[in-house]
Amino acid sequence: MVIESAPDFETQDLLINVGPQHPSTHGVFRMILEVDGEIVKDLIPHIGYLHRGAEKLCENNDFRQGVGYMDRTEYLASHNAELSYVMAVEALAELEVPERAQWIRMILCELNRLSSHFMFLGAFGVDVGVFGTPFIYAWREREALIDLFEEISGDRMMYAYFRAGGLAWEVPGNFEERVREVLVSTRQGMKDFDNLLTRNEIFLARTKNVGIISAEDAIELGMSGPTLRASGVPLDIRKSEPYMYYDQIDFEVPIGTNGDVFDRYLVRLKEMEQSVSIIEQCLERLNDGPIMPERMPRMLRLPEGQEVYIRTEAPRGEYGIYLVSKGGNKPWRLKVRSACLSNLQALRKMSVGQYVADAIIILGSIDIVLSEVDR
Amino acid sequence: MNNGIYGIEIAWLDAVIRLHIIVGLMTVVVMGLIYVERKILARFQQRLGPTRTGPAGLLQSVADGLKLVGKEDLRPRNADPWTFELAPYMVFIPVFLGFVIVPFAFGMQVRILELGLIYFVATSSLGIIGWVMAGWGSDNRYAMIGGMRAAAQGISYELPLVLSLISVAMVSQSFNLNDIVLSQSTYPNLLWQPLVLVIFIIAGLAELNRTPFDIPVGESEVVGGPFVEYSGIRWSFFFLAEYAALFIMGLIFAAVFMGGWAWPLGEELGRGWQILLVTVKTSLFIFLIFWIRASVPRLRIDQLMAFSWKILLPLTFVQVLINGAVLVYDAPLWILTITGLVGIVVLVRLIERAVRPSPAVNSEVVSVGNEGAP
Repeated sequence: MVIESAPDFETQDLLINVGPQHPSTHGVFRMILEVDGEIVKDLIPHIGYLHRGAEKLCENNDFRQGVGYMDRTEYLASHNAELSYVMAVEALAELEVPERAQWIRMILCELNRLSSHFMFLGAFGVDVGVFGTPFIYAWREREALIDLFEEISGDRMMYAYFRAGGLAWEVPGNFEERVREVLVSTRQGMKDFDNLLTRNEIFLARTKNVGIISAEDAIELGMSGPTLRASGVPLDIRKSEPYMYYDQIDFEVPIGTNGDVFDRYLVRLKEMEQSVSIIEQCLERLNDGPIMPERMPRMLRLPEGQEVYIRTEAPRGEYGIYLVSKGGNKPWRLKVRSACLSNLQALRKMSVGQYVADAIIILGSIDIVLSEVDR
Repeated sequence: MNNGIYGIEIAWLDAVIRLHIIVGLMTVVVMGLIYVERKILARFQQRLGPTRTGPAGLLQSVADGLKLVGKEDLRPRNADPWTFELAPYMVFIPVFLGFVIVPFAFGMQVRILELGLIYFVATSSLGIIGWVMAGWGSDNRYAMIGGMRAAAQGISYELPLVLSLISVAMVSQSFNLNDIVLSQSTYPNLLWQPLVLVIFIIAGLAELNRTPFDIPVGESEVVGGPFVEYSGIRWSFFFLAEYAALFIMGLIFAAVFMGGWAWPLGEELGRGWQILLVTVKTSLFIFLIFWIRASVPRLRIDQLMAFSWKILLPLTFVQVLINGAVLVYDAPLWILTITGLVGIVVLVRLIERAVRPSPAVNSEVVSVGNEGAP
């Protein structure tokens, strides 16, 4: 029997509003999914729910105070965010940072990369649908790292520990032992994740060949960080434009081949191993010495009419600071180049044509921090 | 049927008393299960679980229940009042009906039905109506997607579940749960039907909407699915039904595959021992499900459907055919064991082929060394 459908019968795609209060939007991100059954036909992202004008606030405060606002743009990797900012200020003020301060900065930034990637692994596990276990695993390891940060800076998330020129104060005496101690548990945590997820059949089925983005598309969209490297582009600012002492360190850059969700997961996991190795090498080279330049002005005033763009490799990609000075103790213009914002542009391209459940894990695999996207 | 539990001869009064016992048992067991699940999951995740309410947090479920009773019973303005408010009962009642045939010990059930297994399957699949009602009536798109997913999943996994139970019934030569248990007093059915056991557990997980098949309620996707708009006592009804269904699935597992109260200590045991035996076997099943919940991700809806229709269903059909052949020609039963084990191997291979994506692109992550990066 042939059933003929009425000619004027029209179907309408269903619009689903995901967020800003959805549990897996990693903050206050909102996207509107246009679905046909379970297939995503279109995806419209909405950002801006966490806009606090951090850049403008920095322009109204002096250079020292700006550090605190940088913490709040990138709350999962605050050290890395501070680093870009203080490096920009140092570049304009032509400050020479002492060696010891540089090494400590490198250690802290890599530790922060570890804690940030742990956060990704945990949240991603929940997105894929494991009830809590990866999240708690990640939280356990991240807790050890954050305790360490607390011992150093006195705060668990908003460290404000870097200063233009060096560090705010000397690290505690047992710093090296504590870092080594934490690295042991970090290694174990990475191994736990590897055992729990990497070869899990269902995990592979869910993540492989999902949300693929080609290297060309990724470059065109301005993606950076692990999200770009998963597509097979070996771009790491620590390698391509070494800052601090990364050129003295022996490390590798993991890259994916497929550009799918699984690669983005695995690249981050491998990157953490490299971070551990970087930290160990830094610890070997750590010497005694000053942590601030000898001649440091009381109030930092930058020369007039200068501008600089400094970028560093934050856990989520290129975190850049564009700083324009017109004299005085405040930046005339400060612009944060957010890696998350650029990476988020790829969401639509990756998600269209996939299943609804895939859209969620694709968003998770981009690993956004909304306060960095909106600033 | 023997005389009533309290020697009451009036049939309907006896049935009413038994039903009340079942309702009480169900509530208590559900509260216990919620507590146990939280504790077990906490152990898996290196947490403590509930500790503050009562000794070792034992009263947590009571506290949760009281809180839920105290909450406002909200209904969205645009929700369909009847559908929305009746849905929890439509989920709850079928689960409750399932308890009618469950044998806790020799002669300890509400009713012995000749077609007990069929009755169980029939009642348990009725609950899907409630899920769809909740999804449709809530006027929420997450709920609707969840409801539709529940319907698709429930219907797909009903078939392997029924067929797996049928092939066990073939071996035991009865649909009556009491007879099935008695027929296993020397050897349990899992010995003859290992493949069916695996399929039963998988299909049971899907029936119960438990990880990795918790697609209808997927917290990270559809935010609780059909339950998203429910609150207070109505929501707790869904919860009650979910855990009661888990319990009853465990009881069926114990009775059908593990020989219920009859195996391995024979059927002459005292009633207390029988109940203990059934409890241990049920707990085994429930623990397995909690364990799975703590360790695997969620499948996607298309993978779930393909898995049921392309793998589980053909395999169960084959098993039923083999059972038929062996029983008709009076061949020894160990043939079934061997074919079942072979079937498990085939199942694992098929899962590997179907669920794992084609290795068209090798996606091993390679590292670029010190000199290679631009």
